[in-house]
Amino acid sequence: MKLAATLRIAVRALRRNKMRSVLTMLGIIIGVGAVIAIVGLTSGAQAQVQAQISSLGKNMILIFSGSTTSSGVRTGWGAAGTLKIEDAEAIEREVPGVVGVSPEIRSTAQVAAGNQNWTTQLLGEGPDYFEMRQWALAGGAIFTDQEVRAASKVAVIGRTTATQLFGSADPVGQMIRVKNVPFLITGLLKPKGMSLMGSDQDDVLIVPYTTAMKRLTGDVKLRGINVQGASDEALPRAQQQITALLRQRHRIAAGMDDDFTVRGQQEIAEMASATAKILTSLLGAVAGVSLLVGGIGIMNIMLVSVTERTREIGIRLAVGAHGRDILLQFLIEAVTLSAVGGVLGILLGLGTSEILARTAGWPTHVPVMAVVVSFCFSGVIGVVFGLYPAWKAASLDPIDALRYE
Amino acid sequence: MAAVIRFDALSKTYSSGDVEVHAVREVSFEVQPGEFVAIMGASGSGKSTMMNILGCLDQPTRGRYLLDDIDVSQLGRDALADIRNQKIGFVFQGFNLLSRTSALENVELPLMYARTQQSAKALHARALTALETVGLGKRAGHHPNQLSGGQQQRVAIARALVNEPALLLADEPTGNLDSRTSIEIMDTFQTLNDRGMTIVMVTHEHDIALFTKRNVVMRDGVIVSDILVPKRSVARDELARLEPAPVP
Repeated sequence: MKLAATLRIAVRALRRNKMRSVLTMLGIIIGVGAVIAIVGLTSGAQAQVQAQISSLGKNMILIFSGSTTSSGVRTGWGAAGTLKIEDAEAIEREVPGVVGVSPEIRSTAQVAAGNQNWTTQLLGEGPDYFEMRQWALAGGAIFTDQEVRAASKVAVIGRTTATQLFGSADPVGQMIRVKNVPFLITGLLKPKGMSLMGSDQDDVLIVPYTTAMKRLTGDVKLRGINVQGASDEALPRAQQQITALLRQRHRIAAGMDDDFTVRGQQEIAEMASATAKILTSLLGAVAGVSLLVGGIGIMNIMLVSVTERTREIGIRLAVGAHGRDILLQFLIEAVTLSAVGGVLGILLGLGTSEILARTAGWPTHVPVMAVVVSFCFSGVIGVVFGLYPAWKAASLDPIDALRYE
Repeated sequence: MAAVIRFDALSKTYSSGDVEVHAVREVSFEVQPGEFVAIMGASGSGKSTMMNILGCLDQPTRGRYLLDDIDVSQLGRDALADIRNQKIGFVFQGFNLLSRTSALENVELPLMYARTQQSAKALHARALTALETVGLGKRAGHHPNQLSGGQQQRVAIARALVNEPALLLADEPTGNLDSRTSIEIMDTFQTLNDRGMTIVMVTHEHDIALFTKRNVVMRDGVIVSDILVPKRSVARDELARLEPAPVP
């Protein structure tokens, strides 16, 4: 018997009991719909996390000073100031695969311009910092190596800080005061948005690290060192070599803990996506269970259908149907149920994720692959759960089936 | 000409638990092409078992069954299905049409399971021809619930004829019909038989059996009488004698 004819029979049988068919499909519809909506949400969220991670910079290695403990109070990363400028210079000189190094000083400072003032994040960095963070200028220029060596009173300003102090006016070339020290603004940064932790990265003022040390904080120790590797693949090896170099320079004996921390950009990305992964697998399990329940619903209704149509099966067998014709007929019916349910579920899921994107403002993105996989999976559910009822129908004895009342 | 049906010492034994029921015992029997045979007997006489075996729905325990020169006694499930499809047309007491399916599609059913490649158009044409043979060409699009009992049985006969079988097998074909419609169905059978169709019919009604050419009576699994009908009823004459048919 031809497949098209079998399909027609299946569709007709399902349309005969519209309500029942729709209710049977509901399990699959909800299951697939949930899967699609969840995939949409999580991959949207992951795309956002990815964007934030890449906003961190390119092939970055972050080195933090260790923490100190005084009178039982632990100060947190960077506070101990175990890293020195010489360490940064040594890394640049001795570690292969390093293309940029920027020592980092970090504090909070009040900055003033005219009659406006604003408390912002003050960063002392080297000129390499802007390249490694892929942070372009909206106007002006970054400070030079020359200005770093001279500890010049120049600054590059973030968009948020600029807006707070100058409104919509161009800050480049303006003077600001930081702790009553006058600085010339040489550049305005392009907006970078929120960081992974949710803070505003544009609320910042960046000055040469030498200037920060000499004129603002008086520190001689660094909070950390930012390093840029030549490539993604070079990072793990560079990380090892930096660790080894710093241990040697700090004279840390074997078996003792580091007095610094080295983090690759990839590790940070992995930490950020670990939570998303747990969420995805949890919700995926829930969706899987609902698809299983949907499949059982299909099996149930197909068994009822086989019993109801015993006589029809008898007639078909009597006029020459083979067992596999009957098997195929009922299997196609089950697959039609689950596949149509799958399509409706996909539409429901796409709709839900679109509504969530519009109303709750959550970023959603449903990959084409997810749609294809869901559709195939719902078809497979039809085969798996339709097989037993179809086999039961196919193995009926024609005489018994014909006599069935 | 070779016999359409040949039973060689054919037996069928059902065993339920320890008890063995001999439904058919060593029956030998032949039907020649063009015959119109009625198999009769009380319930439990073995005629239903005979019918199932004749129709290749069941297999004998012992003995041989040659249908149209093919030994079908040892065939498997699918091979028997093909024999039923190609060699036998079934007419049942309860019509056994697919509900909510048009008369035409009901008649097409055996064609759909025929293992030959034919276009949908050709199938329609053959089914329509079969329906016209039983006088229902104009009712092709009707569903069984829109047809009278007699019409439904004639759709079933058209379905039985559509694959041009060697044998038409009828199981109490008039059991659910009133006497006038019963005679009309017998008229259809007699017409088909006159054109050369071999028909075997199981019935327990003597007056219906008189429309056939040969009566075989069974009791306790054996044939107790096998006679040619001496004075055959002619359905057309019987119908003429009845009240004129109400306008359909």
